[in-house]
Amino acid sequence: MLSIKNLHAKVASEPREILHGIDLDIRPGEVHAIMGPNGSGKSTLVQVLAGNEVYEVTDGSVAFLGKDLLELDPEDRACEGIFVAFQYPVEIPGISNAYFLRAALNAKRAYHGEPELDAMEFLTQARAKMKELGVTPEMLNRPVNVGFSGGEKKRNEVFQMSMLDPRLAILDETDSGLDIDALKTVAEGVNALRGGDRGILVVTHYQRLLDYIVPDVVHVLVNGKIARSGGKELALELEERGYVDYGINQPATV
Amino acid sequence: MKSETQQIEEFAKREYKYGFVTNIEMDVAPPGLNPDVIRFLSAKKQEPEFLLEWRLKAYENWLKMEEPHWAHLHYEPVDYQAISYWAAPKSNDDRPKSLDEVDPELLETYEKLGIPLRERELLAGVAVDAVFDSVSVATTFKEKLGELGIIFCPISEAVREHPELVQKYLGSVVPYNDNFFAALNSAVFTDGSFVYVPKGVRCPMELSTYFRINAAQTGQFERTLIIAEEGAYVSYLEGCTAPMRDENQLHAAVVELHAAKDAKIKYSTVQNWYPGDEQGRGGIFNFVTKRGKCAGDRSKISWTQVETGSAITWKYPSVILLGDESVGEFYSVALARGRQQADTGTKMIHLGRNTSSTIVSKGISAGHGQNSYRGLVKINKAADNARNYSQCDSLLIGDQCGAHTFPYIEIRNPSATVEHEASTSKIGEDQIFYCRQRGISAEDAVGMIVNGFCKEVFRELPMEFAVEAQKLLGVSLEGSVG
Repeated sequence: MLSIKNLHAKVASEPREILHGIDLDIRPGEVHAIMGPNGSGKSTLVQVLAGNEVYEVTDGSVAFLGKDLLELDPEDRACEGIFVAFQYPVEIPGISNAYFLRAALNAKRAYHGEPELDAMEFLTQARAKMKELGVTPEMLNRPVNVGFSGGEKKRNEVFQMSMLDPRLAILDETDSGLDIDALKTVAEGVNALRGGDRGILVVTHYQRLLDYIVPDVVHVLVNGKIARSGGKELALELEERGYVDYGINQPATV
Repeated sequence: MKSETQQIEEFAKREYKYGFVTNIEMDVAPPGLNPDVIRFLSAKKQEPEFLLEWRLKAYENWLKMEEPHWAHLHYEPVDYQAISYWAAPKSNDDRPKSLDEVDPELLETYEKLGIPLRERELLAGVAVDAVFDSVSVATTFKEKLGELGIIFCPISEAVREHPELVQKYLGSVVPYNDNFFAALNSAVFTDGSFVYVPKGVRCPMELSTYFRINAAQTGQFERTLIIAEEGAYVSYLEGCTAPMRDENQLHAAVVELHAAKDAKIKYSTVQNWYPGDEQGRGGIFNFVTKRGKCAGDRSKISWTQVETGSAITWKYPSVILLGDESVGEFYSVALARGRQQADTGTKMIHLGRNTSSTIVSKGISAGHGQNSYRGLVKINKAADNARNYSQCDSLLIGDQCGAHTFPYIEIRNPSATVEHEASTSKIGEDQIFYCRQRGISAEDAVGMIVNGFCKEVFRELPMEFAVEAQKLLGVSLEGSVG
């Protein structure tokens, strides 16, 4: 469903290239993990897939469900089914979570020519999902991410993800800043979304998260290239040895 | 004075450059201001002697005054002697014959705002029969109001038909020598609205200038006077969300509100005059004095404004809290984009005991816009237990604009409680991107964030107005974010 070929990218305003030719294929229903040390290009890859214009693609291609992803605006990518759970979810004062999420849902529905979700339908859906994910109902009325703890922000991302029902969910360092209990809840939320033809891409520095979201395929990203790909045992190997085999003296454990 | 022929020639020349047919009537004063012009104007309007004298006193005071320059505004000096202070209301021949003759850009904005075709013609000043429909609607309303003893008419009509009320209240809140622009307005005002709500009457509908849009060309020196007698209530709406076509660059209006014991006045404004082009050329200069007096105990005056138009806005709707337990409120959204400059805020003057005031100001700056909040909270010696809550929030869009806050607080009574909160935030690229990643377009994201920022003010507006104001902000901010 996602096919990345020879992807090169850089920060638009800087000359230095960050991604030096990434190849990656995700098939429906698969969970992939990208692990890599600091500065390896993990976040850049996520931002490029999301369409952040701070970054510029200099070569290569990305196909998503048969479409040229790089040709689409970020909002169209979202409507086509790409969801990114951000490492640092942005605060939007003055707009309630409920309003925001309903606007997002209806934007997606409009894109697919479906009628708007009315407030009642939305609330019914939202309440059910919140119960599943252990999100407190009052979170709906709070402004988007404002004053949320690290754990609440991440949980809110997963809540949004489950509401928006994406075809491909990308989780960018979702484990950072979470204690073990929060990590478990978040992972449960993600696991509940597994299956069917949904693809999931988990991007992380640390192996810990992969104890709870067990991947089908693990890729090691080093210096803007995929250095190695393998099964879930690759993550355990990294846990033991860190990134030293790839010339980088960083551990992969917390 | 010049001969009539000369006057006609001058007027004809002046009108010609706007490209309209110049089949004009002869009532026009030569440019410039002097006592003769004021006498001419007053005579044309068949005003009583007291008003002429009042105008002349205002003029004498104005001569001694200087244009104020303390506001955070920059503009080319205004040549007051180049303005013609009296021109007869335009006849239909001067107006565009159909919307085809109106600036397409204006029409596009009407389209975006979803204004019905008929209203577009009205707003653009097109001479069509449709106008008469609205006049008859207005007449129906007027009859209904008349049954309740409510007077709602052009102020020039009030001068003729209710001179005792005008004489009693005109200048009672904003004296003729209050400030430079108010003095100028007092000397030369041509028209405006007059509202009188008698004791114990609750006005059953929102009064809007829209109903008399064609009854008078209010022109650049508008004068409004609203009086609510004991226990009365009135909600008044000024302006409309659609941009009004206007060839006068300088506007200096005065609005006076008088609330007797237990009376409540709610005054809402949506101002969307031409802000000028990208370089700021040709925009309206809006120098307004608006003030309400809570004269009686437990009276309440509430100002709500949405200011999105004009090149220059100089405006501080204020409340004098004279009666005990009286309440003053000011809710404001001011937008400065392109080259617009807004210096706006309020004054809450606490004189009575247990008086309270609330100020909520939301300034939005985009493009090269400069937005300043300027407010005074003054608690006088006798104002025991006065309370004020002020909140001034600024929102920046882009990095070329500016937001400034000038709060002044003067407290002469130790029992006062005064709270002031201020915040400045910026719509960041990261917020926009976050919204877009969730499927919301950049434009919708800005609209959503801005409306979220303004909602405390919008909810003070009458329902229909609030919806229009939201739409207006959206349209005004189109293209502000890349």
